[in-house]
Amino acid sequence: MQKIIVCLKRVVDYNVRIRVKPDGSGVITEGLKMSINPFDEIALEEALRIREQGKAQEVVLVSIGPDDAQQQLRTGLAMGADRAILVQTSAELEPLAAARVLRQIVSREQPGLVLLGKQAIDDDCNQTGQMLAALWNRPQATFASRLELDGTVATVTREVDAGLEVLEVDLPAVVTTDLRLNEPRYVKLPDIMKAKKKPIEILAIESLGVDVAPVLRVIRYEAPAARSRGVMVKNVDELVGALHDRGFLA
Amino acid sequence: MSRVLIVGEHDGRTLNQSTARCVACASAIAPAAMEVVILGGDTTTVAAQAATLAGVTAVLTVTGNDNGRAMAAFLAPQVATLADGYDYVLAPSTTFGKDLLPRVAALLGVPQLSDVMSVIGPRTFQRPIYAGNAIVTVEVPAGTKVVATVRGASFKPAGGGNAAPVRAVDASAPPPEHTRFIELRSGKSDRPDLQTARLVVSGGRGVGSAENFALLYRFAERLGAGVGASRAAVDAGFVPNDMQVGQTGKIIAPELYMAFGISGAIQHLTGIKDAGTIVAVNKDGEAPIFEIADIGLVGDLFEIIPEIEKRLR
Ligand SMILES: Cc1cc2nc3c(=O)[nH]c(=O)nc-3n(C[C@H](O)[C@H](O)[C@H](O)COP(=O)(O)OP(=O)(O)OC[C@H]3O[C@@H](n4cnc5c(N)ncnc54)[C@H](O)[C@@H]3O)c2cc1C
Ligand SMILES: Nc1ncnc2c1ncn2[C@@H]1O[C@H](COP(=O)(O)O)[C@@H](O)[C@H]1O
Repeated sequence: MQKIIVCLKRVVDYNVRIRVKPDGSGVITEGLKMSINPFDEIALEEALRIREQGKAQEVVLVSIGPDDAQQQLRTGLAMGADRAILVQTSAELEPLAAARVLRQIVSREQPGLVLLGKQAIDDDCNQTGQMLAALWNRPQATFASRLELDGTVATVTREVDAGLEVLEVDLPAVVTTDLRLNEPRYVKLPDIMKAKKKPIEILAIESLGVDVAPVLRVIRYEAPAARSRGVMVKNVDELVGALHDRGFLA
Repeated sequence: MSRVLIVGEHDGRTLNQSTARCVACASAIAPAAMEVVILGGDTTTVAAQAATLAGVTAVLTVTGNDNGRAMAAFLAPQVATLADGYDYVLAPSTTFGKDLLPRVAALLGVPQLSDVMSVIGPRTFQRPIYAGNAIVTVEVPAGTKVVATVRGASFKPAGGGNAAPVRAVDASAPPPEHTRFIELRSGKSDRPDLQTARLVVSGGRGVGSAENFALLYRFAERLGAGVGASRAAVDAGFVPNDMQVGQTGKIIAPELYMAFGISGAIQHLTGIKDAGTIVAVNKDGEAPIFEIADIGLVGDLFEIIPEIEKRLR
């Protein structure tokens, strides 16, 4: 195949504990460490391995987001992607809007495979890949923990509640990644330098002519109900006693 | 008056309990009609189970050989066709529902709400974001179909005793030829299912190896408990992926959750915060799991588990 598209979303780093704004209008993101969505990093690693096996020629990154998302695209380029596209917007898109944007990019780039994360760890929606597959009328294989390519067919092992499901899909296809697909490589310093010369194309979201207006109305954000700290017991007798008191181990 | 369509999840023999939890969620909307659709190869047994759920007004069956395997690319066009007559389309927030419903929503051209955890009003819902670190309240505007997955752990399964009518409908769409089912490898065990078990015993990296997990299996068997694990334990190959609990694994709400050798990362905790009682055993007294545990004990799990077992009669 000629080309793989990898979708990279800029999100608050998974190690950062976010807080809700006191007025409930959103979460505080100012000044927080931002990273590539972890599942997208896995998607990129997989694309690079496929290219390194000679099964694809080019890995193209796509991010929809603010100008600052160029930082994450640069990191992706340093990992080894060939070029990047930033669809610029300061708005938070609903997954359906993101999928519509990606559908346009797919028409333009004609990839053999689109790799996305199974979920973005900010909105936790787990929708965009499936929606893109629907709009594109192509197969989807979500939650992939193994991906094998053979000519025009991909065999994908999926992590499902019941265990592991194996699907065979014709290319082009949409695949979303799960945690155990691979372990992403570390970026090396010389690669960061080299990545500075790789191209990032910037497209205004308006230029794509798709409806990205939010449909859902967000009323408010709030902190979750906290579980209170319980008791520390000193030994197994106390532990078993406490469980008996609560009606367990009867 | 509003009409709700719930996509039932099943394995051909048994209706998954997540469906009864969707029914409970839908009941909070107080709809005029609440119908469950069962798509499958042979739907008779499962449809009969769905018909018993309290509040369900009808069960629809879409039967076809291609529906025997729950593949989103096959099922989504059928559900989208059926969705026409309904104001709400709900599915469980399991890997089945998460795979299927966004494809349906996109075919319908409407956004989807993921992981609905409470119903504030007929068109207003709450859902967790940022691994449960924030809860957002979202309203679906009038005139837009509500398409949502339901976070099972937030709803008690609907009761039984109903006898809703079952009727076959024709929604079959030509199967796309681009997707083929190869196999399902499931590590079937006799242990209670993680998502429905009353008691769950769970192990993390601290358990150390696949062999050591035998200790947890034995303990769980004595309690009649299901067994879960942290991501670290799955990644290390101690246990299969279907045992992972957390943000990106299974969200569970057992009456008792006992965590052994699990540090308590936020991604893990979001999967258990609806548990009744959380017990943590960890040799590090500073482990974050103790901040949310109802009962905590600092110590070595390899000593503590056998000690607990000795006290079980
Ligand atoms: C995108 C993303 C998604 C994720 N999703 C999930 C998810 O769904 N579920 C999940 O669990 N994690 C998830 N994680 C991973 C999470 O951040 C943690 O890395 C993981 O939960 C840690 O697992 P652990 O507690 O078993 O391991 P560790 O953090 O290594 O903790 C091991 C604990 O065992 C204790 N210990 C060691 N030996 C003993 C002993 N003999 N007796 C008693 N205690 C002992 C140690 O003191 C330590 O506290 C996700 C991470 C990312 C980035
Ligand atoms: N703004 C975005 N830019 C690039 N990729 C995105 C964007 N939003 C979603 N995606 C992709 O879609 C996946 C699932 O996102 P979500 O449906 O929001 O959970 C992510 O892991 C990304 O791969």
